[in-house]
Amino acid sequence: MWEAKWNAFIKTFIESEGYIRVLTGLKNTALIAVIGLLIGIVIGTLIAIAAVTPKYKVAPRIFDGIGKVYVGFFRGTPMVVQLLLTYYVLLPLLGIKIDSLMVCIIVFGMNSGAYVSEIMRSGIQSVDGGQLEAARAVGLPYGTSMIKVVIPQAIKNILPTLGNEFITLIKETSVVSFVGALDLYTAFSYIGSNNYEFMVPYLVMAAIYLTLILVVTLLVRILERRMKKSDRRH
Amino acid sequence: MIDVINLQKSFGKKEVLKGVNVTIEEGEKVAIIGPSGSGKSTFLRCLNCLEDPTGGSIIFEGEDLADLKVDINKHRENIGMVFQHFNLFNNLTVKQNIMLAPVTLNKKKRAKNRRIKLYNAIFKKDKPLYAVSSLKDAKKEAEENALRLLNRIGLADKADVYPSTLSGGQKQRVAIVRALAMNPKVMLFDEPTSALDPEMVGEVLDLIKEVADEGMTMLIVTHEMGFAKNVASRVLFMDDGVIKEEGTPEQIFEHPECERLRDFLEKVL
Repeated sequence: MWEAKWNAFIKTFIESEGYIRVLTGLKNTALIAVIGLLIGIVIGTLIAIAAVTPKYKVAPRIFDGIGKVYVGFFRGTPMVVQLLLTYYVLLPLLGIKIDSLMVCIIVFGMNSGAYVSEIMRSGIQSVDGGQLEAARAVGLPYGTSMIKVVIPQAIKNILPTLGNEFITLIKETSVVSFVGALDLYTAFSYIGSNNYEFMVPYLVMAAIYLTLILVVTLLVRILERRMKKSDRRH
Repeated sequence: MIDVINLQKSFGKKEVLKGVNVTIEEGEKVAIIGPSGSGKSTFLRCLNCLEDPTGGSIIFEGEDLADLKVDINKHRENIGMVFQHFNLFNNLTVKQNIMLAPVTLNKKKRAKNRRIKLYNAIFKKDKPLYAVSSLKDAKKEAEENALRLLNRIGLADKADVYPSTLSGGQKQRVAIVRALAMNPKVMLFDEPTSALDPEMVGEVLDLIKEVADEGMTMLIVTHEMGFAKNVASRVLFMDDGVIKEEGTPEQIFEHPECERLRDFLEKVL
């Protein structure tokens, strides 16, 4: 039974050029996860800074308020809902037409921004308060002190958690087919639907996801060790 | 040089400083002693607004630092601070620790100059620019300065290591030269030896004494009574949020007047 299924899979994969779809899907999955995480780190850091800034003045309070609403929305709704709302409601209302892959990257970035902000906030709070004080005491402004001294240490502290967020993003990319973007899942379900043999394609898909995530886990671990060099005693 | 007038600080309902009045003259070495919880550290931290005073004023170079509108960063460049727990930047090497502020502030000033130039061009005004050297020169100068300072404390070989590899005494000495690298007009020491192993206290105190002998104005919160006696030109005894007694080390240690101070000295000497 397996031989026939395998042959059918290979046939579609090679002869009907299914592999091109798989490679494109892989590329899109990587693009969405990587750029999404980068956008997420930028947004998340901004929200986290707004959250930890002392609230003597009005401006930080407003930014923090906006941040809280933002985080509340993106953590309170599923990624699919956010994708659908953006693609089928927000963009048509605004009259903007952009490529569905682009939409996915932006929505994934904004979604992960909400999660990264919480991660980043705890990371910043785990940095000893004396670090910020020392930077302020030599005359550096608040923002510069955060960027040069506190945030680099915070990122080091949260790197494992940030790695988890990246892995979540990779896995979540399997919902982008809802707005018609091509990813790994879409590629393999196309191969399967070609001759109604889904077993092998989906097994291979699972294997690829698993390999991808194992590799990422390994990379995060290596990066973590490299960044620990300032803690090491030789 | 620094006029402190009726300085108050409270954390919520708890009053920590209840009106501190003192004038620091240029070149003075002032030791601040007192029981824990008397507000001596809070007082020191108020002087460069690490804690914002809740009342009174601190007049430094003609401006009131307690006023929130004052550009505190400008003044902090002139007020070096050394902490109990060193607070070296863990993400930077020893040399980068010393170079960070001079180089970054040069960049900031050049950015400000660009804004002023634009403003002058648009509004046909003549606002003066900051005097700054080019970034390359500033970096070179900061690096030379850092290496000179590290040489001075005998840690030139540690220039490129991270602070986590240093001993407590080495960390504190680096923290002191990091403050010196800004060429401050006054230095604040917040219990600089309290977190050190006993055998490292000496090297740090020696360095502080050296800096004192060069004529630096300094305020030191300390529990090292011997050091206060030898180095300070004036001793302030703080208790319960005010300065209870002040005078030369001789007056304070040999002829204490108030009951509280006699009590305190009996316990610590």
